[in-house]
Amino acid sequence: MTNLSHLAQISNKLKNQNSGIRSVFRGIIVVAVLLMVWQGLILLFDLPSFILPTPMAVFDRLLLRHDVLMRHSWVTAQEILLGLLLGLSMGLFFALQMLLFNPVKRWLLPVLIASQAIPVFAIAPVLMLWLGYGIASKVVMAAIIIFFPVTICCYDGLKNTPKGYLDLGHTMQANRWQQLIRIQLPSALPALASGIRVAVVIAPIGAVAGEWVGSSAGLGYLMLQANARMMIDDMFAALFILSLLSVALYFLANFALNKLIPWDN
Amino acid sequence: MNNRPIGLSIHNAGLRYLGMDKAILHNLCMTIPGGQWTCLLGRSGSGKTSLLRYLAGLLDNDIEWQGSVTCSDGGPFNHRIAYMAQQDLLLPWLSVENNVCLSYRFNKQKVTAEVYEKALSLLEQVGLADSRKALPQSLSGGMRQRVALARTLMQDKPLVLMDEPFSALDAVTRHKLQRLSHTLLRDKTVILITHDPQEAVRLAGRLYILKGSPAYAESLNLPSILPPRNLCAESALVQQHIFQTLEQDND
Repeated sequence: MTNLSHLAQISNKLKNQNSGIRSVFRGIIVVAVLLMVWQGLILLFDLPSFILPTPMAVFDRLLLRHDVLMRHSWVTAQEILLGLLLGLSMGLFFALQMLLFNPVKRWLLPVLIASQAIPVFAIAPVLMLWLGYGIASKVVMAAIIIFFPVTICCYDGLKNTPKGYLDLGHTMQANRWQQLIRIQLPSALPALASGIRVAVVIAPIGAVAGEWVGSSAGLGYLMLQANARMMIDDMFAALFILSLLSVALYFLANFALNKLIPWDN
Repeated sequence: MNNRPIGLSIHNAGLRYLGMDKAILHNLCMTIPGGQWTCLLGRSGSGKTSLLRYLAGLLDNDIEWQGSVTCSDGGPFNHRIAYMAQQDLLLPWLSVENNVCLSYRFNKQKVTAEVYEKALSLLEQVGLADSRKALPQSLSGGMRQRVALARTLMQDKPLVLMDEPFSALDAVTRHKLQRLSHTLLRDKTVILITHDPQEAVRLAGRLYILKGSPAYAESLNLPSILPPRNLCAESALVQQHIFQTLEQDND
């Protein structure tokens, strides 16, 4: 039995390693195909470099201006991470309020929906006015854009706790607080994880939109400046880093969530 | 409060869901002897699960109850029950041993090394000591139901309510688990709801059929040998009688 379970562990480890290698290989193929399509479009339509620079030109800019790009990337990364932290906290808070207090749900839900109906670009100037041109307005922008999916996913997860679990808790004399902490919240984690996966993908939109409206640093600011000066390869270099940041953030979050919530896999 | 098995006496009971005109149970009289298995059979919708859920305290706000339920020792029963449902209800985020210790986390008792030792000893009895650190998702249906049995034993309550706990298992696993449960719960008063006449005849110290609409309980005679019974001519006759009664009730 012990030998068999040991063999099973080794087999699982090898399977995971193979799966990891396959994922990396798949990623390399996707990037290579995209680069080929990019280069192919330039060759096919004879596009000038101020419309679409070549991948090599963008790669050159990435090397040449790496210090500037890194400085601005760090600002945007901070905005995204702090926005995620604020948005996730807000989402969890609102979800718990709606679960625990029914009247709050009736009053709060229309407000939450209305907050999503207003385009984020329309709110941006107001946030600049209230919070200034620094990092705070971008953090709030990112938080506003992500708290709704987090709230809804978390609330659904909490509300849809299997009735059997709650019945079991009841027969074990669990009080409402214990039911919430020990049953409902862990049971809602897979749903909350779905909300977080959506949030990490859309948080950069809020941060960059904020930078476009008014800022003195960040990848959005850099893209705006490069565009105004017709430095299209700089703009693409910033865009490349922004995409890389978003993809890395998603896979990092996905990896962490899979580790933290193994029963959801 | 001691944990000696308690008997229950249900007298002239009626149960009606709020918002429904018709009662589900009416004039229900049952005697549930302490330290034995009482099995409840009946067609679907006869009110077996409703009765069990009422006894478990899970229907308090949804129903109107009439009649009396008294314990043989005169004490209350609602804090002295353990509940085992058709689904194993193992919390997927807790390891097997933490699932077994679950009731301790709700009762302001610390899960000490002694508690874990007790859990391990129970897991040994159900043959799952090696899997104590595993998550429930890695276990088969039969193993999961054995963990649920260990969790029920860990609660150490005198009255155990079981709502078709073996129904989702294959025949051989079910047969083994019936024997194991009967052995490990020998000091408890057990109320078992089942759809399976063979299971009922095998395990019951007392057997009731819920029949009619609204349903009432009819007691059936059981073979003279003690449970858990193997299949014999006498058991087969009782099973046949149960099938006939259930068929007539369905008509």
